[in-house]
Amino acid sequence: MDHGSHEAGKDGEREAVISARGITVGFSGEPVLEGLDIDVWRGEILGVVGGSGTGKSVLLRTIIGLNARSAGTIKVFGEDLDRMTGEERQKIGRRWGVLFQQGALFSSLTVLQNVGVPFREHMRLPDVIADDLARLKIEMAGLPADACGKYPSELSGGMIKRVALARALALDPDIVFLDEPTAGLDPIGAAEFDQLILRLRSTLGLTVFMVTHDLDSLVTITDRIAVLGNRRVLVDGTFAELKKFDHPWVRAYFNGPRAEHFTFG
Amino acid sequence: MQSADGARGEVTVLGISGDWTVETVGSVLADTSSKVAPGRHLVFDGSDLGRFDTAGAWALIDLKRRQEAAGGSAELKDFSKSATSLIAEVDPLGRDPLPEPERVNPVTWTLEEIGRGAAGIVDDGYALLAMLGEATMSFGQLLLLRRRVRWAALFNNISRASIQAVPIIALMSFLIGMIIAQQGGFYLASYGADVLVVDLVGVLTCREIGVLLTAIMIAGRSGAAYTAELGSMKMREEVDALKVLGLSPVEVLVLPRLVALIIALPILTLVSDLAALAGAWVVGLFYIGIPTDVFLDRLKSALTLTHVLIGFAKAPFMAAIIGLIASVEGMKVKGSAESLGEHTTAAVVKAIFMVVVTDGVFAMIFATIGI
Repeated sequence: MDHGSHEAGKDGEREAVISARGITVGFSGEPVLEGLDIDVWRGEILGVVGGSGTGKSVLLRTIIGLNARSAGTIKVFGEDLDRMTGEERQKIGRRWGVLFQQGALFSSLTVLQNVGVPFREHMRLPDVIADDLARLKIEMAGLPADACGKYPSELSGGMIKRVALARALALDPDIVFLDEPTAGLDPIGAAEFDQLILRLRSTLGLTVFMVTHDLDSLVTITDRIAVLGNRRVLVDGTFAELKKFDHPWVRAYFNGPRAEHFTFG
Repeated sequence: MQSADGARGEVTVLGISGDWTVETVGSVLADTSSKVAPGRHLVFDGSDLGRFDTAGAWALIDLKRRQEAAGGSAELKDFSKSATSLIAEVDPLGRDPLPEPERVNPVTWTLEEIGRGAAGIVDDGYALLAMLGEATMSFGQLLLLRRRVRWAALFNNISRASIQAVPIIALMSFLIGMIIAQQGGFYLASYGADVLVVDLVGVLTCREIGVLLTAIMIAGRSGAAYTAELGSMKMREEVDALKVLGLSPVEVLVLPRLVALIIALPILTLVSDLAALAGAWVVGLFYIGIPTDVFLDRLKSALTLTHVLIGFAKAPFMAAIIGLIASVEGMKVKGSAESLGEHTTAAVVKAIFMVVVTDGVFAMIFATIGI
């Protein structure tokens, strides 16, 4: 089911790490997404925006396989997710990391144990090494070492996001999925988080798929923005390009009072 | 992963080759720990490096730090640009040792736990009394018509605690009635007194077993549900939201559940009594051979109203105990999923224990006043 205007996978120089075609997802009744196509290119930071209920989180969850879809294909690193054996699927799972909106930290484990889970479970590393690596990731995510022994219920919202990011990045994934990473952070924390993602992208060569509503993040760190609406991707492009796009919601979003001061050339 | 080394006077060149990633870091570290050369200058040559990630960078830094700690020096040479930037990113991290977890003396720990447990019993008593007091106050407000009765919540809770529990209570009591009748009949038959099975089952179930079994079942069913509901509301700050809105969590959340249980348990006790008698009747008719008219006649003379009422009299008290314990435990839940499980377990265990204790206390009271 290829709705794409170009062949999935390659487009000139760019290599698609994720390429979804004809995605249709519905929960009892009207579909939330219908015939949606989207590509994520290697090394880019893709922002996904859309009004409430347009299926941003649904799209993210569908790509990582948490929601069932009624139609469409998803290729990750050029491999069709539906044609994979369980083992291949698990291997792919190690190459992506997910930051859930609420962090989804395991409440009965400490911060260090939370981040150590992927090392212990997937890599079967000895405890000492797993602890050291987990601690390294925690510090990379910008947390002090003394946060290691705390439980998730003792952390602030910003710290939870950082620990969740550290866990998502534990195995040095190729792609990270971020669901509203800066929501609920103060502007300083949000700006630090943006810089953190940019820095990690350049050192680790990450590809980032980010659902967000934070205009500052969109302007500062995304290479490309995809706008969801009418159950599909309405348009994609840079912030400056989208400012000129003629669609009521897109115009209201990118030229509204909060977006006005972002001017380009 | 292999490291080829060659000594050049004071300088040792250590070739870093193969993959240094999270998959290989375990064996890489095992391999390289022997390469630390005290007093020498170690040069890591990265020209032959394969795949490299944060874990690999950390392993390299770890090796470098150990070399420096052993009194030597180290430098990195010919690493690719991306590897260098990754190493630079990792280099300043993980320097201070992690705070050691406090060591505990097993003896003091055991004594502390015993002390905490004992103090916990007292605290539980206070908490139960406080909850009872607050619930009574709220109930009083309702009776004085100062507050609105939450009919929807009340009926919803009654339905969940009683109607939905009827099938399982009826089935369980039916089986228990059959078992008592079968066992009793077996022994009484040897005295030729098998018709006394009706007395046995009638008095035993209506006075004791019916209400006790029902209360235990409800403690496991509704008690656990209440603790889990209140606990997860506590975890998600819903209870705090009620307080901030100027509402009493006890009035809004606890009272409808408590009243529902107090109404539901006597009803379920009636169901249980009838089902147990039905079970006994079936066994009497087909296994022991007591005709229906004899069964009913015998039941009429043996089972006085007093026996039945004694059974029912206990039900509201047991219901209140189950409801209060479940609510108190629910309100004690802290942030983690583990804590929710812990308190739900505690609620069921304490409620069942207290139900049995209550039954014993009632038995003593009734024995004293001679009924």
